[in-house]
Amino acid sequence: MSGTYLLQNLIDGISLGSIYALVAIGFSMTYSILRLINFAHGDILMIGAYSGLFIMVAWQLPLWASLLGAMIFAAFVGMLVERIAYRPLRGSNEEATLITSLAVSIFIENLGIMVLSPQPRGFAIPKFLTKLHTINEITISNMTILIISLAIILMLVLTYFVICTRMGVAMRACSENINAARLMGVNINKVVACAFAVGSGMAAVAGIMLAGQYGRIEPLMGFVPGLKAFIAAVIGGIGSIPGAALGGYVLGLSEILLVALLPAAYSGYRDAFVFIILILVLLFKPAGLLGTLEGRKV
Amino acid sequence: MLSRRDKLYTGIALIIFLGLLGILNNTLSGYHMRLINLIGINIILVVSLNLTNGFCGVFSLGHAGFMAVGAYVSAILALPLTKKALVLPELPTWLGSIEVNFLLSLIIGGLVAAFFALLIGYPVLRLSGHYLAVATLGFLIIIQVLITQLSHITRGARGINGLISYTNVWWVWGTVIVTIYAVWRIVNSSYGRGMLAIREDDLAAESLGINLTSHKLLAFCVGAFFAGVGGALWGHLITVVNPLSFDSNRTFNLVVMSVVGGMGSITGGVIGATLMTIVPELLRNLEVGITIFGMSIPPLYGLSQIILAGALILVIFFRPHGLVGNWEFNWNFLKKSKNISKTTQNL
Repeated sequence: MSGTYLLQNLIDGISLGSIYALVAIGFSMTYSILRLINFAHGDILMIGAYSGLFIMVAWQLPLWASLLGAMIFAAFVGMLVERIAYRPLRGSNEEATLITSLAVSIFIENLGIMVLSPQPRGFAIPKFLTKLHTINEITISNMTILIISLAIILMLVLTYFVICTRMGVAMRACSENINAARLMGVNINKVVACAFAVGSGMAAVAGIMLAGQYGRIEPLMGFVPGLKAFIAAVIGGIGSIPGAALGGYVLGLSEILLVALLPAAYSGYRDAFVFIILILVLLFKPAGLLGTLEGRKV
Repeated sequence: MLSRRDKLYTGIALIIFLGLLGILNNTLSGYHMRLINLIGINIILVVSLNLTNGFCGVFSLGHAGFMAVGAYVSAILALPLTKKALVLPELPTWLGSIEVNFLLSLIIGGLVAAFFALLIGYPVLRLSGHYLAVATLGFLIIIQVLITQLSHITRGARGINGLISYTNVWWVWGTVIVTIYAVWRIVNSSYGRGMLAIREDDLAAESLGINLTSHKLLAFCVGAFFAGVGGALWGHLITVVNPLSFDSNRTFNLVVMSVVGGMGSITGGVIGATLMTIVPELLRNLEVGITIFGMSIPPLYGLSQIILAGALILVIFFRPHGLVGNWEFNWNFLKKSKNISKTTQNL
């Protein structure tokens, strides 16, 4: 077990964690306002990846344009889903919204299978991103650097947005108490739509990053990252944005490090580890690492 | 409890129903009988899911995991010794040298599933709502990973094939009757009333002296037992078990059946399972390409799922408690109307 091996895996873990964090933040934002677990969030990620591919291949635009276009398109789809499927259910019980989001997820996935064909497609990233840097036997690709730095930039922008803008303040007010916020004159529909748009846009970026790293996309690609990002959000304390980011990094790092440090025979158990971590965190800190338990009035 | 009159009616209805099954069994094609058996298995799974999710309010997404446990245990136990040596040569000797009959393998499969439920339920049932749903989904994923990885027992991702098709219409519908009876008895016992109280308000239930842990665990374990039996029946109907058959999609399908029918009702479970087994089968015809007036429409894969998902959303919008809500089937419609108000028992 050499230091470089450990460092290499740390970098891989941070890169994976960045992707989880981006998706988890979207989960957390919608959960904190609506108490809705949006299972369709992973499928928005898929839509982002496909639209990014479309912009790059059909319009021959550079990567930054594809990222931007995918973010805008995914944000639009996210708002549409909220308007059609979730708004009529606002205020109903947890199970109803959970099942609706499951239905939306099945709907989008199968729409993808029908329209885009179930076959995976190649996702070629621009040449300069595949270039590898080797420093002290540690290899980092430009892609990894891009993933990590883009995630950090987006999180900083989001932090500014949530803390300093009027919409951000309204969003925080809604997550504190949506009814009180409404009485204070906050336009709830606008805030919810905005949260969905922001979360979906970040998921789209994560989708393109994931597609770029694996080199292929398919209509069901969003399910597993969506589920894991949700776990990341729960680990970090669902409803808290810094918690979601922290949870994403914790999950990404522990997933990579557990596989790297344990004997090779256990590497197939990777997904099981993820859920064991989740169950352990829930047992010892039911509100997650950075979450606060809501008191119950009797 | 049933009055003597209701018992009589129920007995007559059962005899008619079983007679009908016997006739159908001899006249319908293999495909249609398979569909009828699938309906029965889904009823077992959904009614047991309703006990946990609907009556006790413990929203679990791990049902397919218990199915998988039951299916694998029963498959390994009931496989004939000669085949076992061929298909699973790496089994531990004590497991490789026994062959039990089908009934015993079903029961052991169910018991092992219930034991897993006890194991996972004890820590996890302290959670509630969304957290519980995700933790049980996690259990499902862990089971899938275990099945894929423990290839000397389960043959990993290849699955165990060549099971003997023990499952026939009598096994399935016999189990359906046992399941419905067991769940009905539990729901109408003091334990069942406790479960309903927990669903309505766990804090109030606890302060009335209801032991939350034991009630939730009972619902969870009984649900898992029948899920295991249902999974075992399913495995011996399809004659193959592999990890992909018990993925999250199967859990979601079961939850959809339960929600469409009505989570808090046995009748709802039966109706939901029947409806949501037949309708996708009919919709599957849409997925083959057709040619109308020279215009050819290519096969639209996934269309049936899209329609189902749309229907599910509509059901939640317009009938949030499912098609029948909390209503249970009863014989009161045969009675004169003035007595109904006295005897109708809406849970």
